[in-house]
Amino acid sequence: MSAVLHDARLAKFNQRKRVNRLALLLSLAAMAFGLFWLFWILWETVRLGIGGISVATFTQMTPAPNEEGGIANAIYGSFLMVMLSTFIGTPIGIMAGIYLAEYNTKGWLASLTRFVNDILLSAPSIVIGLFVYAVVVSRFHSFSGWAGVMALALIVIPVVIRTTENMLQLVPPGLREAAYALGAPKWKVITRITLRAARSGVVTGVLLAVARIAGETAPLLFTALNNQFWTSNLGQPMASLPVTIFKFAMSPYENWQQLAWAGVFIITVAVLGLNILARVLTRKKD
Amino acid sequence: MTNPPPVNPFKRSRLPDRVFGWAALAAALLTLGLLIGILVSLVIGAWPAISKYGLGFLTSSVWDPVQNEYGGLVMIYGTLATSFIALLIAVPVSFGIALFLTELSPAWLKRPLGTAIELLAAVPSIVYGMWGLLVFGPILATYVQQPLQSLFSEVPYLGALVSGPPVGIGILSAGIILAIMIIPFIASVMRDVFEVTPVLLKESAYGLGATTWEVVYKVVLPYTKAGVMGGIMLGLGRALGETMAVTFVIGNFNQLDSLSLFQAANSITSALANEFAEAADGLHQASLIYLGLVLFFITFVVLSLSKLLLSQLQKNEGAKT
Repeated sequence: MSAVLHDARLAKFNQRKRVNRLALLLSLAAMAFGLFWLFWILWETVRLGIGGISVATFTQMTPAPNEEGGIANAIYGSFLMVMLSTFIGTPIGIMAGIYLAEYNTKGWLASLTRFVNDILLSAPSIVIGLFVYAVVVSRFHSFSGWAGVMALALIVIPVVIRTTENMLQLVPPGLREAAYALGAPKWKVITRITLRAARSGVVTGVLLAVARIAGETAPLLFTALNNQFWTSNLGQPMASLPVTIFKFAMSPYENWQQLAWAGVFIITVAVLGLNILARVLTRKKD
Repeated sequence: MTNPPPVNPFKRSRLPDRVFGWAALAAALLTLGLLIGILVSLVIGAWPAISKYGLGFLTSSVWDPVQNEYGGLVMIYGTLATSFIALLIAVPVSFGIALFLTELSPAWLKRPLGTAIELLAAVPSIVYGMWGLLVFGPILATYVQQPLQSLFSEVPYLGALVSGPPVGIGILSAGIILAIMIIPFIASVMRDVFEVTPVLLKESAYGLGATTWEVVYKVVLPYTKAGVMGGIMLGLGRALGETMAVTFVIGNFNQLDSLSLFQAANSITSALANEFAEAADGLHQASLIYLGLVLFFITFVVLSLSKLLLSQLQKNEGAKT
């Protein structure tokens, strides 16, 4: 009897071992699958993009089809709009994050704000573009760089709120209490002590927000539109790197596609560089 | 005769504190105002189309700017079909990645691998779009679509799915690229949620002789059910709203002739991206905004569900199951 039982138990055990091995092998395959796509996309971006990088790319304007040119106006437009929207969105985001972390952490308004904020964080960015179109562009009857700046700022704000609140919550309460005990008013405790302690985390959040809007195309499609020429006037339609890439990549012209790859390369380098920088800063704080 | 109390030279006004508090409150209210503003402006913009078509807009597949007749079925189908395919591929892969990162990988490998997967999320969607159109599409056409078509074109139901021009664009391409884009989101939520499982539960199972897979399947997964669903909903929400990657490879085709996966189609986001900038004021623009309203509504529901599920997991931490 015991030999049969032993054999049955051994067979069952071996089957469980086999299932286990299969599952672990499949999970290894899934990991490799994910990494494969990452490396392939990055490799193709470098391979196809680096050929288009030259001095001309950074100094000349977007050309007509089949003519020499560069994407200088697109780079400048993107740079300008990203900088401005970060300057506008970051203070609002930090103040709202301060409200959520310092003023009303558990109230119903705070919970509602957190809920809405997380939804806006993952909401389709094209809907933000539609909103800014309805509010700004159709009111003033023209596409403009300012509309693009507003759309990007509306994307920056939820990201900064989330990271600021998380970073402020990590500050030890003893630090705040010591400041209060010394007689400091609340706003001074927040700005001079708490925010300063969470400084690197908040900066990381801003860097991540910049990385996110640097690559955003959809909100700019019908707010800042596009512009073939150099302009620093934000009241006019403004070229931006993602929208220019969109227009050039979908075209059949060889030189436009080459410039689009160069643009993709530049954006990828900038975005990944910012992300890695943000990660390095977080790690140093530990 | 008592002396009056001494004047306090350090008395400070309460004003800066109040102003600061109001500023913080105003910033928080701005977020709420933004959501309401988006809803209101979308409804106002879409009103001509809403009043003309009502809910029938959602089931009509006519899209004719020349005759000024619009219906949203093609785009809604495209959005839902691509997101469904994306989830079909992304959920098992993300589960495998989360399983690897929490149970299998050696400690020194966890951080770099986790960072690599998160970098996949950081790549801008326009890069995915361009890569998808110019690199992935042709390869998909030659190595996947054409063989599939020659294999299955005679089979009754599968044949309908693989008919259509095998040129590398269409619902299948868009679905695969979306899957790659949402894998990092679902995988990192799953990983965070797996790591929250009490070690004691897992070690009890190991102590009883369970294999690693059995611990994950029978202990970790039931414990983190709500979190896993929340992560999947989050991925779905992202997939529904993704614009550029889908626009490049979906083919911008406003008709719904067949159920083929290889057929070019249109999604709500790609219709908006392609047509909105030049849409004339009036019914065309209003119909596009109506589509945007539908999309916003769907993603709002999906993302709310995701938040509720994830917060339910937080509430159950440490509770008896």
